Amino acid sequence: MIHFLQHVVHGVSLGSIYALIALGYTMVYGVLKLINFAHGDVFMLGSMMGWYASSRWTQEAAHPSWLGAIAVTLVSMAICGTTGFLIERFGYRPLRDSPKLNSLITAIGFSFLLEYGGQFVFGPNPRAFGALPISSSDQFPVLGVSISYIDVLCVGVSVVLMVVLHRIIFHSRTGTAMRAVSWNPSVAALMGINIDRIISFTFVLGSVLAAVAGILFASAYRKVDPLMGLMPGLKAFVAAVLGGIGNVQGAMLGGLILGLAEQLVASYVSSQWKDAIAFSILILILLIKPSGLLGKGAAEKV
Amino acid sequence: MRRMSAKFLVCMLAVAIGCKQEQQGGGNVGAADTAAIKVGEVGSMTGTEATFGTSSHNGIQLATNEVNGAGGIKGRQIVVIALDDQGKPEEAATAATRLISSEHVVALLGEVASTRSLFMAPKAQAAKVPMVSPSSTNEKVTAVGDYIFRACFIDPFQGYVMAKFATDTLKLKKAAILRDVRNDYSVGLAKVFNDNFTKLGGQIVDNQSYSSGDVDFKAQLTNIKSAAPQALYIPGYYTDVGLIARQAREVGLTVPLLGGDGWDSEKLYEIGGQALEGSYFSNHYSVDDPSPRIQEFVAKFKKAYGGQVPDSLAAQAYDAAGMLYDAMKRANDISGPAVRDALAQTKDYRGVTGDITMDDKRNATKPAVVLRVGKGGKYEFSGRIQPEGMKESNPAEAPRANPDQPKKTEGNTAPNPAPGTTPTPTPAPAPGATTSAQNAATTGQRQGVPAGEHPKK
Repeated sequence: MIHFLQHVVHGVSLGSIYALIALGYTMVYGVLKLINFAHGDVFMLGSMMGWYASSRWTQEAAHPSWLGAIAVTLVSMAICGTTGFLIERFGYRPLRDSPKLNSLITAIGFSFLLEYGGQFVFGPNPRAFGALPISSSDQFPVLGVSISYIDVLCVGVSVVLMVVLHRIIFHSRTGTAMRAVSWNPSVAALMGINIDRIISFTFVLGSVLAAVAGILFASAYRKVDPLMGLMPGLKAFVAAVLGGIGNVQGAMLGGLILGLAEQLVASYVSSQWKDAIAFSILILILLIKPSGLLGKGAAEKV
Repeated sequence: MRRMSAKFLVCMLAVAIGCKQEQQGGGNVGAADTAAIKVGEVGSMTGTEATFGTSSHNGIQLATNEVNGAGGIKGRQIVVIALDDQGKPEEAATAATRLISSEHVVALLGEVASTRSLFMAPKAQAAKVPMVSPSSTNEKVTAVGDYIFRACFIDPFQGYVMAKFATDTLKLKKAAILRDVRNDYSVGLAKVFNDNFTKLGGQIVDNQSYSSGDVDFKAQLTNIKSAAPQALYIPGYYTDVGLIARQAREVGLTVPLLGGDGWDSEKLYEIGGQALEGSYFSNHYSVDDPSPRIQEFVAKFKKAYGGQVPDSLAAQAYDAAGMLYDAMKRANDISGPAVRDALAQTKDYRGVTGDITMDDKRNATKPAVVLRVGKGGKYEFSGRIQPEGMKESNPAEAPRANPDQPKKTEGNTAPNPAPGTTPTPTPAPAPGATTSAQNAATTGQRQGVPAGEHPKK
């Protein structure tokens, strides 16, 4: 039982990071009906910039402090936010009126650009990340289960950010505008909403969340390299679809389910099956409930 | 369409002319017999195993410069053409093909990783170009054909060494295994460790696996912890091992970790940190080994590379290149078949990693050392384990019965250990450690996983 709970703790921690990345997919999809495949690589960029900010540009990693960690995170968020803005401005905006497939291919192109451009610029060698004053070996026991402070931090930060995001979307003017654009862009434009600005805002918001996820992931798993965004990105996408793409709570739920499934499959079945299971879940959900667990089954207007 | 074919024709023509020139160039070399001898090198200079490639490259360069400085081979200088494969098996195969067909190399040095050597070997074999892998320990590598050699021992021996060390020296009864299923090397070592540990009276309490590139191992480690082993054998590569070590401590698994030569990199400690302290791994040589041959090599290497300490990959690459050049000197002429024959006859080549003799399967027979990861990531020499039938003829090379008292066994000829050497707290292996590698070799397995799978979109 204790082992089961221990696996659950690890799963929830991993799932909360997937959820943070999934939010970026879900928001962009909600507003643009575009799957931004480059999102996983913006997540990588978040970790990588965190590494640069803490180990290259400053000596933060040598003497980690909370203040320093927050500064590192803010730098990483700013860089990722800018990258998200630029990708949308120069990659997706010119294609907005072309068929959706064109944008999708561009998204895949950006993904590869960031991955292999990253290999070229940063070098393909993995680096050790250590910007936080705590490490995952700092733990406390609860009922025989050891919980690390990083796990708590991951879940805590994810929940806080999700609440903030929820408030932005449902209780702010910008959020109202986002929902309007999501509902019908041309009508929203007629209502005086600056669509370009709203879409840019959505990309920046999603990329900033990815940067935070990148910092948390790198702190929990310590390794940073240019291809690290690939699998977490894909899994977060699965989480977003699982929960109902376009739905913020759905992304959270999907992330948690996926994180738990992965840990439990790895521990009770075989580690070699965990990815196969993760993607089987995607296929099953799509077969049974195409709109995802919390997705609205609204028929697409033709 | 017509324009395209025209372009195509032009391209073909260009290629044809290029080939012709190449052949003429080759002819000239043969005629003059004073032109440089071209040797190809394939290594992972970048990628997750980048230090493997760069260390090996330094070792090869050092050996090459020494031979060239001493007048070369048969009056000809050696030129090493090094290509980077980025740690990708397909790239290793492409690089080997390129070196053979467009550079016309006489011999190939590389790769470090068994998976990549297995991709290169068929190309070398088909072209009858002798290939010497410095550090690929998987048995299958030299089984590809009679042109494939290695300057290191094979997996069964490493798995055996660690099993022997765990039972005889650490007195362990229960161990668990965590192996990388995507890596021939890891699967091979795990299998042999499993067989030998059981044969020596131990018990394998859990057998888990991961895929290289994974970052979360907590599920497997939590299971291993509940099986309560006294040690965990992780025959993987350093990046994964560093992460595993940290997570092992996080889930409360505090037993010593055991591993193989894939651990040997500065990055290991950079990623794993203190979590690795008190762990052991088998290796090809130790810089702390006080034998004069090794200390002389370490000094030369440091001088050549700005104080950098040679890791075992550098030492093995140095030996692989040295062995190849030695064979070239003995060969009747500098052609693939002649160099191959000379390589096959290598006997008691005095390498820095020990006296090397080629067995009939073109594998090097030589001793292994066990190192302990000490405070601050310093590797401490913890013992040497000999294969069977290996004569300890040279007193300067004899294994130290007790590394704490090197002077006693070394006599007056041995220098003191390198400054900063931490005395090893562990006893050296029991005298019975010099035993059968043959046993181990026969238990070696032939299975493996398809190599060269990469995460793809």
